[in-house]
Amino acid sequence: MSRVLIFNLIRFAVLVLLQAFLLKNISLYNLSVPYLYILFILLLPFETPNLLLFLLSFVLGITIDAFYDTPGLHAAACVVLAFVRVLFISITVQKDGFDNEPEPTLGNMGFRWFFTYAAVLILFHHFFLFNLEVFRLSELQYTLLRFLSSSVFTLFLVLISSFLFYRRKER
Amino acid sequence: MRNLLVFINKYNAFFLFVIFEIFSLVIYVKYNSFQRATYINTTNEVTGTLYGRVSELNSYLDLKNVNDSLATENARLRNTLKSSYYADTLAKRTVTDSAYKQQYTYTEARVINNSVNKRNNYITIQKGSKDGIVKGMGVISSTGVVGKIVYTTEHLSLVQSLLHKDAKVSAMLADTKDIGSLIWGDDLNPRKGLLTDVPNHVKPHIGQWVVTSTYSDLYPAGIPLGKVTNLHAKGGGFFLNMEVNFSVDFSKLQYVYVVNNKLALERAGLEAQEKQDE
Repeated sequence: MSRVLIFNLIRFAVLVLLQAFLLKNISLYNLSVPYLYILFILLLPFETPNLLLFLLSFVLGITIDAFYDTPGLHAAACVVLAFVRVLFISITVQKDGFDNEPEPTLGNMGFRWFFTYAAVLILFHHFFLFNLEVFRLSELQYTLLRFLSSSVFTLFLVLISSFLFYRRKER
Repeated sequence: MRNLLVFINKYNAFFLFVIFEIFSLVIYVKYNSFQRATYINTTNEVTGTLYGRVSELNSYLDLKNVNDSLATENARLRNTLKSSYYADTLAKRTVTDSAYKQQYTYTEARVINNSVNKRNNYITIQKGSKDGIVKGMGVISSTGVVGKIVYTTEHLSLVQSLLHKDAKVSAMLADTKDIGSLIWGDDLNPRKGLLTDVPNHVKPHIGQWVVTSTYSDLYPAGIPLGKVTNLHAKGGGFFLNMEVNFSVDFSKLQYVYVVNNKLALERAGLEAQEKQDE
């Protein structure tokens, strides 16, 4: 239990620092901006209580906001992400399977499930984030382009980092 | 009552979602309308210090470019020194010219946080109210206009860069003195701005310099903004719109100068009379 706690704390700190000091400065063609920090919410254990899940998402979002000067923006998007996560997991995973697969990682769940999971959650998060940031429909085409290219970039980074820390399920 | 609790418990994810979402959106909207009067930004203790550290590291890696730009600026300033002109009259005398009083003073500051790829971009600088910086001052760099101060704390300030939805600078074409206003273009390119509201009779040409106008109360007149690159930008109606290449490279800002206009208050007071007069 405490091992899970420590792992997640380290993951939180590393992802926030990585996002604020490295990924913040990266943008491809001024269109594609990666938001890798949401990997923290993606990898929280299945059995996280809903209250804790939403609280952590909110705290993560507001921390990123502090570095990005956009209070509330990332927090709102992260809360949406947490809600989609709850729905997605309740649809695709059986409750009794939790005992031997505590965390939704690539090694535990297999590539197909993890890819769909990450893609759906990232798309929701980015769609919400970019539209809330612009907050007008007149630049819709440009916003959608930014949203799609950024989603692809983030998904790419999420998969890369998952393969980097790949650990096969022990059976 | 019990059924209600069971219902809430069954769909607790949804209710939690609604609560936290409302909370986030309230913060987001409130921050937008109250002009950043909140502590969740890069001028607070923790993020400010962290950004300061990282910027120190970055500035070492970029020393060569900074030195180059400072040397260029030194050369330019040296050119304007009295001593670099020779007198072609025989009699030499020194005159203390009381006709000139200093109107603008400059405070140099280091950039510790910066962004160019968002819809609204801000820059954090390492000078604050303790150094005499107040909200509304203009900010320039050695190559041109950067933005204006929107929020200060004791040691740090937040600058609204030209790359912002609400940024608007009174500008003019350098050689013909035709007035317009410079805004950031809709395509969010950090190198390009839009010079709007130029009267229709003006015949601008590509490569012409765009500088700050004499009407601006933030910047001295003649600070470069950029060069005209395209005469047929979209929109405009009865006025001319043209595309301008910013002279400042916002992604590489290291040092900026905060402009203190000593007549700004006096001017604001004077122009407030105009409203009372109507």
